[in-house]
Amino acid sequence: MTITPATHPMPTEWRDFFALTKPRVMSLVIFTGLCGLLAAPGDIHPVIGFITVLCIAAGAGGAASLNQWWEADIDAKMKRTAARPLPAGRMQRSDARDFGFLLCGFSVMILGLAVHWLAAIILAISIVYYAVIYTIWLKPRTPQNIVIGGGAGAFPPVIGWVAVTDEITLMPVLLFAIIFFWTPPHFWALALFVQSDYAKAGIPMLPVVKGEAATRRQILAYSVILLPVAVAPWIIGGTGAVYGVVALALSAVFLAFSIPVARRRRAETDAMLPEKRLFGYSIIYLFALFAALVADRLLARIGVFA
Amino acid sequence: MTPEERTEYLARQKARTRVIGLALASLAVLFYVLTFVRM
Repeated sequence: MTITPATHPMPTEWRDFFALTKPRVMSLVIFTGLCGLLAAPGDIHPVIGFITVLCIAAGAGGAASLNQWWEADIDAKMKRTAARPLPAGRMQRSDARDFGFLLCGFSVMILGLAVHWLAAIILAISIVYYAVIYTIWLKPRTPQNIVIGGGAGAFPPVIGWVAVTDEITLMPVLLFAIIFFWTPPHFWALALFVQSDYAKAGIPMLPVVKGEAATRRQILAYSVILLPVAVAPWIIGGTGAVYGVVALALSAVFLAFSIPVARRRRAETDAMLPEKRLFGYSIIYLFALFAALVADRLLARIGVFA
Repeated sequence: MTPEERTEYLARQKARTRVIGLALASLAVLFYVLTFVRM
C-alpha cells in the first residue's frame, strides 16, 4: 500500500497533545489541588487521593486543550503563543477539540465514580467556567476577563478539599478566594510587559483598554485585598499560627512588590523590571502559601504547634 | 511520500501507539487497584 501525504497527513506527535494541556499551568493546578487535599481535615486513601489529583490534572488539561482549540487564530497572532501546536500547524484543529472533550469527560466521570460526585460536579463547573465562560464569553469581550476568569484556576484546592470532606465549608471557599484575588495582579503584571502582543491579537486586556495607570492601580488594590484574604484561614481558626505567620509575611512582600509597580510609569526603553519581579514573585507566593498550609496541617497532626 | 517522510510517519505512529498503550495499561492497573480500595 502506498501512503501519500495528501491522503495520510503526518500523525501529530504525542508531545504536541501533551503541550495542549499547558503542562506549566497544570503543575500549579496539581500543586494547589494536592494541597487542598492534604490540608483538609480527615483522611483519604492514597489511591483515592492519587485518582483525585489525576482527575484534577486531566480536567485542567482538557479545559486547556479546548481553550487552545477555540483560540487557535488568536494564538497565531501572539509571539508568546504562536509556537503552540495548533497555530504552528502541527495538529488538526478537530484533534485538539476531540482530545479536550475526551479528557474532560474522562476526568469528571472517573472522579464521580471513584471519589465523590460533589467533587466531580465542582470539576465539571470549573471546566465549563474556563472553557466556556472565560475562553468563549468573557476573554474577547471585557477587560475584566482576568478577574472573573481567575475563578477557573481557583477550583483545584476546593476539589481536593471536597474529595476528602464531601462538603463545602468556609475553608475551601477561602482557598478559592485566595487564588481568585491572586490572579488579577499576577496576570496584569504579565500583561503590562506583553501588552503589545494582546493588542495585536485584539484581546481587551486591561492595560490595552483602560491604560497602564488604571491597571497599575488595580494591581495594588487586589494586592491589598489579598493580604487579609490570605490570612483569613488563620483568623477563622482553620489553620494554625505557622500558616498565619507565613501568609502574613508572604502577602506583605507581595504588597511591597506591587507598590513600585503601582507608582511608576513606563519610560522609553523600559526593561519593566518591577513588573517582571512581581510576576515572578507571584508564582513563588502561591506555591509557598499552599505549601505553608500543608506544613501547618502536618505539624498540627504530629502535635507540633497544635 | 519520500522514504524520509515515510520513516518519520512510521516513527510518529509507533511513538503514539506506545504512549496510548502505556496510558491504557496504567488505567487498567489503576482501576484494578481501585476495586480493592473501594471494597
